[in-house]
Amino acid sequence: MMEKRSMNAPVAAATVSPGFSAARDDAKKIGLTSILKNSGLAAGVVLLLSIPIIAYRTNQNANNELYVYSRWWLVGLFVAATFVFRFLRLSISAYRANARLAAPQEQVAGKVPGRIATSGSRILEKITPLAAIAFVTAAIAFPLVATAVTGSLGSARYWFDLGILILTYVMLGWGLNIVVGLAGLLDLGYVAFYAVGAYSYALLSTHFGLSFWICLPLAGILSAFWGIILGFPILRLRGDYLAIVTLAFGEIIRLVLVNWQEFSNGAAGISSIPRITFFGLPFSSGDGGFAATFGLTYDPMHRMVFLYYLILTLALITNIVTIRLRRLPVGRAWEALREDETACRALGINTRNTKLTAFALGAMFGGFAGSFFAVRQGLVSPESFNFMESAIILAIVVLGGMGSQIGVAIAAVVLVGAPELLRNLTFLKSVFGESFDPNEYRLVLFGLGMVAMMVWRPRGLISTREPSVTIGKRKGISAAHVKEGHG
Amino acid sequence: MGVPGGTVDVFVQQLINGLTLGSIYGLIAIGYSMVFGIIGMVNFAHGDVFMLSAFIALILFLLVTTWLGISSVALALFIVLIFGVLLTSLWGWAIERLAYRPLRGSFRLAPLISAIGVSIFLANFAQVTQGARNKPIPPMVRGIYVLFERDGYTVTISDKQIIIMATTAIVLTLFWYIVQKTPLGRAQRACEQDRRMAALLGINVDRTIALTFVFGAGLAAVAGTMHLVNYGVVSFSDGFVPGIKAFTAAVLGGIGSLPGAVLGGLIIGLIETFWSNYFDIAYKDVATFLILAIVLIFMPSGILGRPDVEKV
Repeated sequence: MMEKRSMNAPVAAATVSPGFSAARDDAKKIGLTSILKNSGLAAGVVLLLSIPIIAYRTNQNANNELYVYSRWWLVGLFVAATFVFRFLRLSISAYRANARLAAPQEQVAGKVPGRIATSGSRILEKITPLAAIAFVTAAIAFPLVATAVTGSLGSARYWFDLGILILTYVMLGWGLNIVVGLAGLLDLGYVAFYAVGAYSYALLSTHFGLSFWICLPLAGILSAFWGIILGFPILRLRGDYLAIVTLAFGEIIRLVLVNWQEFSNGAAGISSIPRITFFGLPFSSGDGGFAATFGLTYDPMHRMVFLYYLILTLALITNIVTIRLRRLPVGRAWEALREDETACRALGINTRNTKLTAFALGAMFGGFAGSFFAVRQGLVSPESFNFMESAIILAIVVLGGMGSQIGVAIAAVVLVGAPELLRNLTFLKSVFGESFDPNEYRLVLFGLGMVAMMVWRPRGLISTREPSVTIGKRKGISAAHVKEGHG
Repeated sequence: MGVPGGTVDVFVQQLINGLTLGSIYGLIAIGYSMVFGIIGMVNFAHGDVFMLSAFIALILFLLVTTWLGISSVALALFIVLIFGVLLTSLWGWAIERLAYRPLRGSFRLAPLISAIGVSIFLANFAQVTQGARNKPIPPMVRGIYVLFERDGYTVTISDKQIIIMATTAIVLTLFWYIVQKTPLGRAQRACEQDRRMAALLGINVDRTIALTFVFGAGLAAVAGTMHLVNYGVVSFSDGFVPGIKAFTAAVLGGIGSLPGAVLGGLIIGLIETFWSNYFDIAYKDVATFLILAIVLIFMPSGILGRPDVEKV
C-alpha cells in the first residue's frame, strides 16, 4: 500500500493546508507505473478474497450431498472490474494532483480545493426549502397521477402499495430521527416499538373488537410507555453501548413474540385483523358501506386510497410535531444533548428527562406506524420486526443526514422505492440472464451503500443544519460545525 | 428436562458441552475485544466475518476431500484451518482498509454505522454467492468416548469436542505468545494504551490497527472452522446470533482484555448449555440478550476489564 500512501499525500496536503509549502516540495509527479502497480495490487487482493467464496459454489445434489462447482469466469469479471475501476480512479486523482502541482501557488491556496469540497452540499442546501414543498405536493398528487397514468384505480394498485410502503418508512424514519438525529441516541432496536404498535392493534382488535380509531392512540401510548420502560435502564449508557443494548432489547421483544404462543400466537403471527373503516364506515359494497353512503360506485381501491392518505397524514403529523418540538425547550435540549452531554449536565439540563422524552416520542410515532402496518397488512408476525428492519430505518435516517427532515424523506424514497423499481426493470434480465433477480442484490447494495455513505458523506445527503432559534436572519450551519454523536 | 441420570452426571455432561461451545465464542470474542480496545469501536461485522470463514472452511474442506482426494480428516482439517485463517484474515484486512480506516476521525457513530453496513453486506453476499439454503455436510469425525456411566446415564466426550477444545487451546497459546512476546504484539498493546504516544515513538499505528483486524479475523476463522466441525452445517444467517453472543462474552469478560474475552466466552457457552438443559430452550437467546443488557448497564467494565474513566 506504500504507493497509495505516497500518492494521496500531496492531495491531502494540498486540501488541508494549501499554503504549506513543504508539502509541495515533497510532492512528485505521479507516474503511470505506480498507478498500474497499485491497480494490479487491488486486483490481486480481490482475486484472493474471491478464491473460495465466489470461485466455488456449493450445491446439493439429488442425494442431498454437497458438491462444489467452479465459476472462475465470475472471479475474472470481478478482478478485471476492480483493476479498471481502480486504474481510472487513481488516474483521475493523479491527473488532478499533477495539475494542481503545476498550477501557481495562489490558485491552489485560493479557490480550487474549497470549491470542490463544498459544491455538492451547496446545491443540496439551495434545493432544500423547495424540496419540502415539492415532496408534499408530489405525495398528495401521487394517487391522482398514478390513476391518470395507469388508466383506472384498479390498475394503479401496485403504485398505491409502493406509495404506502414508502410513506410508512418515511414516517418511521422521521420517528427515529427524533431519537437518533435530534437527541443523538443511536437506537438499533427501534423496530421493537413498531412491533408494539402493530401487536397492540392486532391484539386489541381481535380480542376486544376495538376499532382502529381507538387503537391508534392506544398503540401510540403503549409504545411510548415501552419507550420509557426500555429507555430507563439505558440512561447511563452512551454511544456504542447504548446502540448494542437497544439492539438487545429489540431482539428480546421479537424473541418473546416468537416464543410466547399464548400471547402472540408465536411465529405464525396474528391473522384476520379487522380492516380499516372510514371513521366507522366499512369499505364494503353493502348499504352501510363507504361507497353507498357517499353515493359512489363501489370500488375495492377506495380502501387503498384512504390508507394512502392516512399514512401521509400520519407522516406529516410526525413531521410537524418534530419541527415544532425542535423550537421548544425540550427540542433544544435534545440537540444540546446530541452535541455534548457533559456540557448539558453542567448547564443544568435534566438529561434523564430529555432522553426519556426523546425515546418516548420516537417510540410513539413508531407505534402509530406499527398499528397502521397491522391494519394495512391484516397480518402481523414477528418476522416483520427483525433486526434488518431496524437497520433499514436507521440507514434511512443516516443517509438522509441525521436531523434533517427532508433528507430522511428523500432517503426513504431512494432506499425503499429504488429497489422496488429495480425489480421491475425487465431489461436487466436480458442482460444478466433469465434467473437474474435484482431483489436478491438489494441488501448487498444496501450494505455497500451504508459503508459508502459513511466514507464519502458521513453527514448524509442534507448535512447543513437549520438553527432552531435565531436572532435576525436564518442561516444554514455547515456540517463542519456540528459534531453530533460525540456525546 | 426429561434426561435420565443424577444431577452430577448431567452437570458434568453439560459442562463438557458448554466448554466446547464456549471455546468457539471465546475465539470470536477476542476479535471484538481487541478491536474495541485499540480503536474503541464495536466491530459489528465480526460475527459475519465468522460466518464467512465457516463458508470458506466448508468450501475448502469439500475441495480438499473431493478434488484433492485427501482421505485423512486430520490432514484435511489442518489444511483447511491454515488456508481458512489466511483467506479470512485477508477479508478482515480488506474490511478495515475500505470501511473503517477512512472513517478514523469522523464522528463517533460513523464506524458503527459503517460496520452495520459491512455486516449486512457480508450476510447477503454469502447468500447471493452461495445460496440461501443450509449447507450440511456429513460429520467429519464420529468417535465418542464414554467417560463414566452411572444409573444408565452415560457422560461422554466426542472426538469433535476434543478437537475443538484442543485446537482452541493451541491457537490461544500461540496467540498469547504473539501478543506478549513479539514486537508485533508489543506494538499492538502500545497502541491500545495510547495511540498518539505510540505514533510519536515510531509505531505505525495504521498498520497495527490493520493487524488487529487481521488477528481478529484469523481467530474468527478458527472459530468458523470449529463451528463447521461441531455442527456440520453453515448458513448465511449464522453470523448474527453467535456474533452477539461473542460480543456479550467480550463485554462480560471486560472488553479490551484478552483473557477476559476467553473467560467470558466460556461463561456464555456454559450459561447457554445449562439454560437449555434446566430452563426453556426456546428462551436461550433471550437469556444471552438479557445478560448483555444487564452487564452493559450494571458492570460495563466486565469481570477483568479496567473501569473506563471519562475525561472532560
